[in-house]
Amino acid sequence: MHTPPDTTGPCPADETIQQAAERALLRHQGQKGNLLPVLHAIQDDLGHIPDDAVRIVAQALQLSRAEVHGVVSFYAHFRSKPAGATVLEVCRAESCQAMGGDALAEHAKRRLACDFHATTADGSVTLEPVYCLGLCAQSPAVMVNGQPHARMTPEKLDRLLQSQGV
Amino acid sequence: MARIFVPKDTTAIAVGADAVAQAIANEAQARGADVQLVRNGSRGLLWLETLVEVETPAGRIAYGPVEAADVPGLFDAGWLSGASHALCHGPTEDIPYLKNQERLTFARVGVIDPLSLDDYAMHGGFQGLRKALSMEPSAIVDEVVESGLRGRGGAAFPTGIKWKTVLSTGDVQKYIVCNADEGDSGTFSDRMLMEGDPYALIEGMAIAGLAVGANYGYIYVRSEYPFAIAALEAAIGLARRAGWLGADIQGSGRGFDLEVRRAAGAYICGEETSLLESLEGKRALVRAKPPLPAIQGLFGRPTVINNVISLASVPIILSKGAAYYRDYGMGRSRGTLPFQLAGNLKHGGLVEKAFGLSLRELLYDFGGGSASGRPLRAVQVGGPLGAYLPESQWDVPLDYEAYIGISAMLGHGGLVAFDDTVDMAKMASYAMEFCAIESCGKCTPCRIGAVRGVEVIEKIRRNQAREQQVDLLRDLCDTMLSGSLCALGGMTPYPVLSALDHFPEDFGLESANAGQNAAANAPIA
Repeated sequence: MHTPPDTTGPCPADETIQQAAERALLRHQGQKGNLLPVLHAIQDDLGHIPDDAVRIVAQALQLSRAEVHGVVSFYAHFRSKPAGATVLEVCRAESCQAMGGDALAEHAKRRLACDFHATTADGSVTLEPVYCLGLCAQSPAVMVNGQPHARMTPEKLDRLLQSQGV
Repeated sequence: MARIFVPKDTTAIAVGADAVAQAIANEAQARGADVQLVRNGSRGLLWLETLVEVETPAGRIAYGPVEAADVPGLFDAGWLSGASHALCHGPTEDIPYLKNQERLTFARVGVIDPLSLDDYAMHGGFQGLRKALSMEPSAIVDEVVESGLRGRGGAAFPTGIKWKTVLSTGDVQKYIVCNADEGDSGTFSDRMLMEGDPYALIEGMAIAGLAVGANYGYIYVRSEYPFAIAALEAAIGLARRAGWLGADIQGSGRGFDLEVRRAAGAYICGEETSLLESLEGKRALVRAKPPLPAIQGLFGRPTVINNVISLASVPIILSKGAAYYRDYGMGRSRGTLPFQLAGNLKHGGLVEKAFGLSLRELLYDFGGGSASGRPLRAVQVGGPLGAYLPESQWDVPLDYEAYIGISAMLGHGGLVAFDDTVDMAKMASYAMEFCAIESCGKCTPCRIGAVRGVEVIEKIRRNQAREQQVDLLRDLCDTMLSGSLCALGGMTPYPVLSALDHFPEDFGLESANAGQNAAANAPIA
């Protein structure tokens, strides 16, 4: 019997996910309790942990998808959806609050016209709260794409965002 | 040739140290000056970052805070020979903030090149491990017991006793786990040590391994500390190549190795059992105890789990002897604690001192009072689960037991100062909110109690049946304190109740109406 050719094969994006997941699994093969290192490696590579990667990881580590999803969703650092090109993390902890952190956070929200845990309308910046960057003697502090910046003011934050093209 | 030290600690990088280092390199080249740049850890005088030191025959001369734009002027002034300048503070070691400290655990931090094994050995490194290699496991444990060292992560459990328990188990596979999930606001000593003297932690863990019969270790570091992770990974590689880690440490026939694990942004992982769950690749739900991790810990094996500072204090205890360490401190709080001065202080930073000094000394003699110039009003000691102390309590000696006596805790030694613009009802609400955000969800008092706590405090602030809601809040705190599985739910009441008891006016209450506890804890002054 004639069967039509299979056109539902992996699109390039799926291939990338598959490769990233396999690379991560290979790199941490045999390491005990390796789910977090594997997920980190995937997110470092792709910027987030897509559902397809969850499926591949679950199968390889003999876990259920629910177990892997449960881990991804438990930890604040892991994201299931892509972030903006710039990720701005603003510290919301006590020490930064003692030095004007609330005003800084409000300024960031106004400037970007988006709330915490959200991405700007043009998709360029993701704004996240963070609970302590360990820069408490130089509060308030923020992190931009993994780079720490201390003694922050609304004006300095504007300049910092401008330097990122935002 | 002049050696110039520019810290590569996160605290320095966050205020432009990389640009300063680049500017120095460029300027030196343009002037044909023979300069060697060393990227050291931070001295902990954080209001002076970027603190650049120039090595001269008279010792290291400090300049700070240096911005990249200051560099040409510093060369012009002749800083290579330690000349004076508006940013010059004289010899680093003579700066009172540093001179008046007792640096045991932090002796090398900021002084050496963190990754130089030669520097490390030249400044007393590996002496403790060398000694441990010649000792019986039980003798190493006894030394740590004798030193009086208690867990620096906050719980203050005697480190040696924990080790003794693990040693006494018969399992063939045991683990050493370092808790480097330093999530408390106002704390950064773990990070500074890992970035500034990573070999001290590695050495401490290797000694712990020899002491209890564990051949493998994990350092669980928060993902918010990327530079600490990088420093540790580099240091572990170098130590392994030099034979300080691996199957046969320095030809002794005894082995220990370790790896770094990156956390993923969950505050709860600072709790030891949830950290173990996370290391096993699971959601970090707190485990019920018993079994203790010392009996049944990581992957079900006997596990020593200690804080960074506890483990990094072990080498000096071994090299200089238990008595040397024990002679510092007061009461049952022996040795030193690296206090972290944070929040609204003029001179924030790291101050390692023997137990027994007062908060007032830290706030004013070291901290220089508020950064804003307004009067200080409240200080939270011990992280987000620590109490807010009013001025009447700032003379209580910094000692584990003395702090328990005033319903507070020293914790990890962090203190966050607030000036008189602080709204303590808002801070109490934040404490509950933080608990709600970070709760692992396993036990009800924490998971639900924290959410209800935010609501009740909101009602108090809006004066909706205020007196009744205050009773309810106290009742709720009592439930959380007694009914939670771990310290997150169990200690969130500390900041909440201390705010309510010591600052009732911020809740719209007369002192007398704040309930019975308020009367009992009323300021003496």
